[in-house]
Amino acid sequence: MPGAPSVGLVALALLAQLLRIATPYLLAAAGGVVAERGGMMSLGLEGYMLTGACAAAFGAAATGSASGGVAAGAVGGAAAAALFALATVRARADQIITAIAINLLAVGATRFALRVAFGSSSNSPRIPGFGGLDPLVVGGLLVMPVLAAAIARTRFGLRLRAAGERPDAATAAGIDVARIRIVAVLLSGALAGLGGAYLALDQHQFTDEMTAGRGFIALAAVIFGRWAPLRVGVACLVFAAAETLELHLQLTSAVPSQFVSMIPYALTIVALIRGSGGRSPAPAALGRWER
Amino acid sequence: MLPVAALRRQRLTEAVLPVAIAAAIALIAGDLLILAVGQAPATVYRLLLEGTWGNGYGTGQVLYKATTLIFTGLAVSVPLAAGMFNIGAESQLAAGGFAAGTVGMLLAPTTPAPLAVAICLLAAAAGGALVGAVPGLLIARTGANEVITTIMLNVIVLSALNWAVAAHLHVPETLHTPTIRAGTVPRLGALVPSLRGSAANWTVLLALLVVAATGWLVVRSRPGFAIRAVGSAPEAAATAGISVARTRVGAFIVGGALAGLGAANFVLGYKHYYEDGFAGGSGYLGIAVALAGRGRPIGIVLAALAFATLSQGGLAIHAVVPKQIADVLQAVVILVVAAATPVVARRLGEPPA
Repeated sequence: MPGAPSVGLVALALLAQLLRIATPYLLAAAGGVVAERGGMMSLGLEGYMLTGACAAAFGAAATGSASGGVAAGAVGGAAAAALFALATVRARADQIITAIAINLLAVGATRFALRVAFGSSSNSPRIPGFGGLDPLVVGGLLVMPVLAAAIARTRFGLRLRAAGERPDAATAAGIDVARIRIVAVLLSGALAGLGGAYLALDQHQFTDEMTAGRGFIALAAVIFGRWAPLRVGVACLVFAAAETLELHLQLTSAVPSQFVSMIPYALTIVALIRGSGGRSPAPAALGRWER
Repeated sequence: MLPVAALRRQRLTEAVLPVAIAAAIALIAGDLLILAVGQAPATVYRLLLEGTWGNGYGTGQVLYKATTLIFTGLAVSVPLAAGMFNIGAESQLAAGGFAAGTVGMLLAPTTPAPLAVAICLLAAAAGGALVGAVPGLLIARTGANEVITTIMLNVIVLSALNWAVAAHLHVPETLHTPTIRAGTVPRLGALVPSLRGSAANWTVLLALLVVAATGWLVVRSRPGFAIRAVGSAPEAAATAGISVARTRVGAFIVGGALAGLGAANFVLGYKHYYEDGFAGGSGYLGIAVALAGRGRPIGIVLAALAFATLSQGGLAIHAVVPKQIADVLQAVVILVVAAATPVVARRLGEPPA
C-alpha cells in the first residue's frame, strides 16, 4: 500500500516505545535487586522513585539542564532511602511499616514542595529534557549486566550477598553488616531516583504521583526475576512489552486495558506461589537481622 | 508494687510511649513546615481546630472520616494479631463497597429498611471477606508472602472493579454506579441538627459496636485465643493443637470482612452509590490507625479520630498552608511509631517483638 509505513519502521517505533516504558523499571528494579540481595526489603521503591522524579524537576529547573536533573534525581532518591536506612538499621524499625510510611511521605512531601515552590500541587513548570539519545535509556540497558557482574565478581558483591544470606556468619567474619546494608539501601534509592528522574525529564515536567505504581511493578520484576539481575532485567522488558501491547490494544479495544495492566501483578503472584515450593529464591535473611 | 501490676504498667508504657513520641515529633515537624511557608504555627493550629472540632460541620466530617478508618484499622489489626500484615484493606474496602452498591441497586425499593440495610451490610462484609480470603488461602496453602500478595492483589482488584464500573455499570459521564434503591443509612444531621450538612451517618455507631465486638473476639473468644497464640508463637500454637494455617485464613477473612463493612459509611450512609476510587487511601491509612492504636479497641478509635482530624484539618488550613501538610504529618507519625517501638522495647528491657 503506498504511503503506509514499512514493517521495519513500525517495529522500530514499537521498540522505541518499549524502551521508553522499560527504562524506569530497569533502573528502579536494579535498585530493588541491590537492596534485597543485601537483605533489605524494597517496598519503598515507589517512594524513592517519586522523590527522585520531583527532585529531578527541581534540579533541572534550577540548573536549566537535564544533567542537573539527573544528578538531583539520584540524590533525591538516595535521600528518601536514607530515611528508610536510618529508621530500619539504626532503630531496627519494621521494614514493611517504614517503607509504607516513606511511600506516603513521598506523595505528601512532593505535593507540598510543588505547592510551595510553584503554587500548584499537581505539576511543575516545563523543564528541559534530553534531545535525541537519552543517557538514562542507555544506563537502563547497561545496569543489569553491570549489576550481575558486580554481585557475582566484586568484593562488594560478595559482602552484599553475605549480608543478605547469612548476616550472622558475615558478622563473625568481620563484615560490618549494618554498613553494607546502609550502602545497599542508599544505592537502591539513587537508582530508583534515576528511574524517577527519567520519567520527569522524558515528560518535561513533574506531576503529582507520576510514578503511578511503577515502583511496585519494579518490585514485581525483582520477585518474578527471582532476584537475579539478568532475569529481573528480562522481567522488566516483558512487563514493558505487555504495556506497549496495552497501548495498541486500547486503540483496537480487543481486550479491556484494565486486564492487560494486571499482567505484572498477576504474574508476580503466580511466581510467589511457584517459588514457595521447596527452596525459596529470596535472599535468606531478607528483612531480618539474625540467621 | 505487685509484679503483675508492674508488668501491666510496663506493657502500657511500651504501648503508649512510642505514640506519644511520634505525636511530639509530628508536632515539631508541623511547626517547621508551617514556619517554612512563612506562617505562625499557633495561628494555623487554631484554624485547624476551629475547622474541625470547632463547628458542627467540621465535627461531622471528622466523625465521618474516622468511621471508615476505624473499620480499616480493625481490618489491619486482626490479621496483625495473628502475625500477618494486611496491606490489602484498600481493595477489600473497595470490593465491599462494590458489593453493597450493586446489591442495593438490585433490591426492590419496597424492601423494609432494616432488612435492606442488613442485606447490604452482609454484601459489604462478604465482598471484603472474599478479597481477604485470597491472600489468606495463598499464605496457608503455598506459604506465599502476604505483604507482596496483598499489594499485588490491591492493583488487580481495583483494576477489575474499575473495568466493571467503566465498562458496564456506570451512570453516563460518571464513574459511579446508579443510586441504590434500598438500604440507605440516615445521616446524623437528622437527629443532631448541628451536624447537618456533614457526611456523618449512623454507620459511626456500627463502627463503635464492631470495635467492641472485635475486641471481645480477639481477647475473650476461643478463635481469638488461637489468633493471638499463632501471632505470638506459631510453633507453640501448632504443638498445642491449633491449626496455624486455618487460623491465618480465618484472620484474613475477618480482616477483609471488617474492611468491607467500612464501605457502608460511603455507599449506604453518604453517596448511596459505589464510586470508582472512593477508598482513596483509607485502606492504607488503616495501617497507620492499627499501628498507632496498638491493637486495642480504644486505641483504634482514638487513632482513627486523630488521623481523621488531621485529614479534615488539612482542608481547613488550606488557604494559609498547603493541605498536603496533613499527609506529610500522617506519614511522620507512622515512621516515628515504627522507629520508636523497638527502641522503647529495648530500653524497657524486653526483647523487641
